[in-house]
Amino acid sequence: MPDDKRVAVLGAGMHPWGKWGRNFVEYGLAAAGDALNDAGVAWTDVQFVSGADTIRNGYPGFIAGATFAQALGWTGARVSSSYAACASGAQAVSNARAQILAGLCDVALVVGADTTPKGFFTPVGGDRKDDPDWLRFHLLGATNPTYFALYARRRMELFGATETDFAAVKVKNARHGLENPYARYRKEVTIDEVLSSPMVADPLRLLEICATSDGGAALVLTSMEFARRHAGTDKLVTIDAVSTVTPRYPQTVIEMPNFSTDSAASTSTPGPTFKQSVALAAYEEAGIGPEDINVAEVYDLSSALELDWYEDIGLCKEGEAERMLRDGDTTIGGRIPVNPSGGLSCFGEAIPAQAIAQVCELVWQVRGQAEGRQVDGARVGITANQGLFGHGSSIIVAS
Amino acid sequence: MPSAKTRVPAIDGWFTLDDDAPTLLGSRCTSCGTYAFPKETFFCRNPGCQGKEFAEAPLSRRGTVWSYTDACYQPPKPYVAADPYVPFSIAAVELAAEQMVVMGQVVPGVGVDELSVGTEVELVLDTLYEDDEHEYIVWKWKPVSGGSEVSDA
Ligand SMILES: [Zn+2]
Repeated sequence: MPDDKRVAVLGAGMHPWGKWGRNFVEYGLAAAGDALNDAGVAWTDVQFVSGADTIRNGYPGFIAGATFAQALGWTGARVSSSYAACASGAQAVSNARAQILAGLCDVALVVGADTTPKGFFTPVGGDRKDDPDWLRFHLLGATNPTYFALYARRRMELFGATETDFAAVKVKNARHGLENPYARYRKEVTIDEVLSSPMVADPLRLLEICATSDGGAALVLTSMEFARRHAGTDKLVTIDAVSTVTPRYPQTVIEMPNFSTDSAASTSTPGPTFKQSVALAAYEEAGIGPEDINVAEVYDLSSALELDWYEDIGLCKEGEAERMLRDGDTTIGGRIPVNPSGGLSCFGEAIPAQAIAQVCELVWQVRGQAEGRQVDGARVGITANQGLFGHGSSIIVAS
Repeated sequence: MPSAKTRVPAIDGWFTLDDDAPTLLGSRCTSCGTYAFPKETFFCRNPGCQGKEFAEAPLSRRGTVWSYTDACYQPPKPYVAADPYVPFSIAAVELAAEQMVVMGQVVPGVGVDELSVGTEVELVLDTLYEDDEHEYIVWKWKPVSGGSEVSDA
């Protein structure tokens, strides 16, 4: 891949996920510090700070790039702040990459961190009858797990998925995350424990639904030329694709926070679904296909949703995800391990940090540094994620 | 005993208050014919269409279940829950003519065991919540057969 199409990842860093209840800036600073140390780059050499945002207290801007820049000490570095819900981190990576590829800077710091409230994610307060996210809670009582459960039930009825399959995803990810020092939940669970946890949104149970967490993640991205000079080697970890696509009309799968799908009544046959198009765009940009992938980090907001992603990122055909899971293909040691980090199952979601954390894991995997969870021979990895309101996110990391 | 409270829609303009045959009120683009729910008001969502005019479109009253679930725990605000909380089912329903899927609560008393992908349902009105003076009305889906034909029970 030519240098003008990719950027180097010189450093990756994370603050452990948990429910620490401290200020998010602390987690972001710890992650940024680790990423800078890992890269051997001083904060004062960073030319561009790319923050991943989320909304707290009803406005974005607080959890944002400039907050971290101030905390690290104002240097006059240029800044951007990206809000795209769960996909905020991918947009922050995308902005940093664009600056580097445009030749506007050589060294960028990407950072995201959050402190989360307890329980269901809820919409911003007030009486906001023009906001579908507010209305779906008010008129339907539809929480995030409602939507995950609709997909899960459909898998059961269309493809014969069972509650045991969904539980097996949780069991696999719990085992993967056992040795991950950044994971919040590091405890094995059994199928029986999953299936005896309380039902939240049938068929999904408490242990199968992603929690909300505190955490922080950061990356140091540079131009290829800077990286070669700085590291004194051609052996670099690179980002070969960043997909931030939106859906294509008509979007025929019901998506959070909507009340309905688009109508397909007046258009030709719909193309790929949104989730399929997210990965397709990344493969196209990197000039590779699913057959080239050794490891994947996908957004398991629910155990069942991980199975959807196997198909959507092309690891298997529609309806075959359960077989992949049952055959152990996606377990570490299998053909294409998925979520070796333990995934959201072991982390819980720290929204603006999560898509960055997915990339951190792939960086450690392709470097061979993922102690206790290393995928043998990992050389190319893909992340997949989707942010509320139609924000796609998929990043390809290679060594 | 009929309620003395005034019945008002929980949201204006999304459905008719016709108790016998209520309909959701979507929109239809006068240029390309595409449907939308809730109503589109300023620009057609079809990227191949420049339409800016929309007719109000009552949507099909019957459809088939695309998928379904329930809410075992009380949803957070701004949902207004009864006290004590009573779990309810939710369905995403495919409308054949409009080729779209519309979500709604399922009428009280119908559990997930009584639903399947493909179950035929129809639109009804029901109380979402109430205060001292008003009953706030919303649309819900109701199995056409009461659900018994698809239930083992
Ligand atoms: Zn139109």
